[in-house]
Amino acid sequence: MAEKPTDEEILAGLAEIVEEVAGVEADEVTAEKSFVDDLDIDSLSMVEIAVQAEDRFEVKIPDAELANLKTVGDAVTYVSKNA
Amino acid sequence: MTALRIATGVPGTRILGIGSAQPENVVTNDDLSKIMDTNDEWIRERVGIVERRFAGEKDTVVSMAVEAGSKAIAAAGLTPADLDTVIVANCTTIAPIPNAAAQVADLIGIKAAGGFDLNAACAGFCYALGVASDLVRSGSSKRALVIGSEKLSDIVDPTDRSTAIIFADAAGAAVVGPSDEPGIGPVAWGTAGDLVDMIGMTEERNIYQEGQSVFRWATTKIAPIAMQALDLAGLKPSDIDVLIPHQANLRIVEAIAKKLRKEGAREDMVVADDIVTSGNTSSASVPMAMDHMRAAGRIHSGDVALLIGFGAGLSYAGQVVVCP
Repeated sequence: MAEKPTDEEILAGLAEIVEEVAGVEADEVTAEKSFVDDLDIDSLSMVEIAVQAEDRFEVKIPDAELANLKTVGDAVTYVSKNA
Repeated sequence: MTALRIATGVPGTRILGIGSAQPENVVTNDDLSKIMDTNDEWIRERVGIVERRFAGEKDTVVSMAVEAGSKAIAAAGLTPADLDTVIVANCTTIAPIPNAAAQVADLIGIKAAGGFDLNAACAGFCYALGVASDLVRSGSSKRALVIGSEKLSDIVDPTDRSTAIIFADAAGAAVVGPSDEPGIGPVAWGTAGDLVDMIGMTEERNIYQEGQSVFRWATTKIAPIAMQALDLAGLKPSDIDVLIPHQANLRIVEAIAKKLRKEGAREDMVVADDIVTSGNTSSASVPMAMDHMRAAGRIHSGDVALLIGFGAGLSYAGQVVVCP
């Protein structure tokens, strides 16, 4: 990605990824949602989401970081800071 | 000085017969939920396993290897006297001496066999198959028995739900012999040394793994290795009839299949899913899956199968074979 994406673009991209990986409708993927408690995403699906997000946003999301990304908003912030 | 004489090789090798063995004791997810905090739905969703087999008192790495190996020899239409080499891939024997291969050769009755154990963890069978194929092709062995046999229940903490729900016990075997038409392709193997600590053993001799990191590696790095094995054999993804990845986790198996289909593998490619009823049996999983699929009529003689093993090390090995 040539230009740094906006938070809205990151959220929309994550929503598409979550829909593909976990079958959660993209509309449901909003910033305040918890991956585990609200979207019912398990630890292995989080890895798949991270791998796809890395490709899409040209960012590194180490496994050790995944536990800190509790909400969709946390992930948007992380990608925004590190992309 | 006079040049040394070397063995006369053969044009190619192939698998002549396969066999497998499992303990009688079936353990369901409900059985496990009685001794640890887990349940059927949780296990099915995470790893895809419905039931597995645990060894009883009489079942050992050697006893399961003998049963699987004997079946493979019979399936090949041979007798023990037709073989001269035994390789037992395993990572779970408690006593490293005497090695399992010497015991298996003795119990099956393969006289004066060249015999050794090979430890490449869950990639062990594919490593051993590569070694056996090259031994036969070079003329060092006339026919070799290659076995993966594991009693993982010996090295699992039965109350640790991150491992006890996954691993199980079994053996799988193949007889490798000469062939005018090559039926075993070159092996693509290696280790990912920077991930060496991702799977190992605790001081209490129990297996541990960094689940997320291993999952990431297996779902992203194994499909390219499989592509390399195909390339070494001069084939394309669309040539694969059967995909037999190590049965580590159904989600990993499905991820590898998905990636290969993106590279051109066919939708009707048969994908091994033996983990559902056998669990993760480390080096036994690839040959046992092939044997179970053959028995179920899902694969046929002459089918082109892509085998790929991966596990602790992290180690990996894959090759194309023609099904016996």
